[in-house]
Amino acid sequence: MANIPAELKYTKSHEWLKEEDGLVVVGLTDFAANALGDIVFINLPQVGDEVTAGESFADVESVKAVSDVYSPVSGRVAEINEALLDAPERVNQDPYGAWFIKIEGAAGAEELLDAAAYEAVCAAEEEA
Amino acid sequence: MELKTPLYDVHIAEGGRIVPFAGYLLPVQYGTGVVAEHMAVREKAGLFDVSHMGEITFKGPTALRTLNHILTNDFTGMKAGRVRYSVMCNERGGCVDDVLVYKFGEEDYLVVVNASNRRKDFAHMAANTLEGTEIEDVSDSLAQVALQGPASPAIMEKLLPRERIPQKYYTALRGVEIDGMNCMISRTGYTGENGYEIYTACENAEKLWKTLRVAGAEFGLIPCGLGARDTLRLEAAMPLYGHEMDEDITPLEAGLSFGVKLGKEEFIGRDALVAAGEPKRVRVGLAVTGRGIIREHQDVFIGGELIGRTTSGTHCPYLGRAAAMALIDAKHAALGTAVEADVRGRRVAAEIVPLPFYVKKD
Repeated sequence: MANIPAELKYTKSHEWLKEEDGLVVVGLTDFAANALGDIVFINLPQVGDEVTAGESFADVESVKAVSDVYSPVSGRVAEINEALLDAPERVNQDPYGAWFIKIEGAAGAEELLDAAAYEAVCAAEEEA
Repeated sequence: MELKTPLYDVHIAEGGRIVPFAGYLLPVQYGTGVVAEHMAVREKAGLFDVSHMGEITFKGPTALRTLNHILTNDFTGMKAGRVRYSVMCNERGGCVDDVLVYKFGEEDYLVVVNASNRRKDFAHMAANTLEGTEIEDVSDSLAQVALQGPASPAIMEKLLPRERIPQKYYTALRGVEIDGMNCMISRTGYTGENGYEIYTACENAEKLWKTLRVAGAEFGLIPCGLGARDTLRLEAAMPLYGHEMDEDITPLEAGLSFGVKLGKEEFIGRDALVAAGEPKRVRVGLAVTGRGIIREHQDVFIGGELIGRTTSGTHCPYLGRAAAMALIDAKHAALGTAVEADVRGRRVAAEIVPLPFYVKKD
């Protein structure tokens, strides 16, 4: 079963987020990283770019597939995790340490799930 | 409704992630993942279930003439125990499929076809078979596994004396007993590595798989899925039907002229190929120099000029970089040409490089 830390919030599209020093930190969940398989390339936005809740802000490529990563909130990109550009496999190794971006001025959140609700989403997808 | 190969239960037990492919339920990867499976084949050994492949026998006094009529390669003078690659063309010179032909006797051949084309191929073959040739689709009675990687010969030598193992690339031995199971062993593969493809009756499949897994354990053999099969063949620049070739792409455009004998008296598609002359578009290799991964069906440009389209592309785990194959205008195909591919609206830079991307060391 996928690792789903209780202290984080989640989206149905498999992003995790948390608040840290007034910024919203966003990454991809263990379930999503595992479903994608070996991640070999990540395309991130630039600092200062606007992101919109529910819209793609990055793409993640595994050996077999490409997948969009959606922003859980609207706001402006304050920081990107440049280490991921050279070492995308860190998302597979440590999905909750390998954050993608930090967003400032966050507003207009998508529907956010707690760990229990997100676990139900994952369980339903495994069934399908 | 997808079919299961005789190894379906084994894949589940081995932790395979099952996907539908060419009408079969097959593992795309096992627990270790595509990259680890790919590297195992390059450095140690990997075991694949390729039971979905189709097998059609050609028997009778005119079998050779039938094969020379329906296939582009020339089988005249081929020795028993040899294997030969060929394309099967339609009248327009497009590819119906690409196949392997095994010769076991003067009137006894086996043709191995792609799973997705099996029904279409058999219909095409049946419509063009000469009197005195009997063809039969024996796919449902045969399982096939591929043992690939540099450790493959050592693994086979644990199970068989050397003289019962084919020693040369593109040779095969029939009637070989592995642990009491009657097998046909072929020194072929789809990975660019040394290895074998082993055919046996479906009821032997599970036992054969387990026998090979046990024999290979000390060499680091792991089971490998369709994901690694695709990255391995792409790194080795081996064409895949439906990508590098199809009914509207000729084998000459696909860079398969080594398997097309235009000097032969006749074969289906020959006239169209001769009439078309030098191909106006050709298959090339693209090494990705920019950031990103170029995949199939992406437009290729030089500046504003559209010069072709990719046919396959992925991250190549052994090379550690992305590569693609493309069909492009022949006049822009010079090695070293800088091009760009449109990757979902973003231009990614690449360079035309020689194929294959990877060549095994020995």
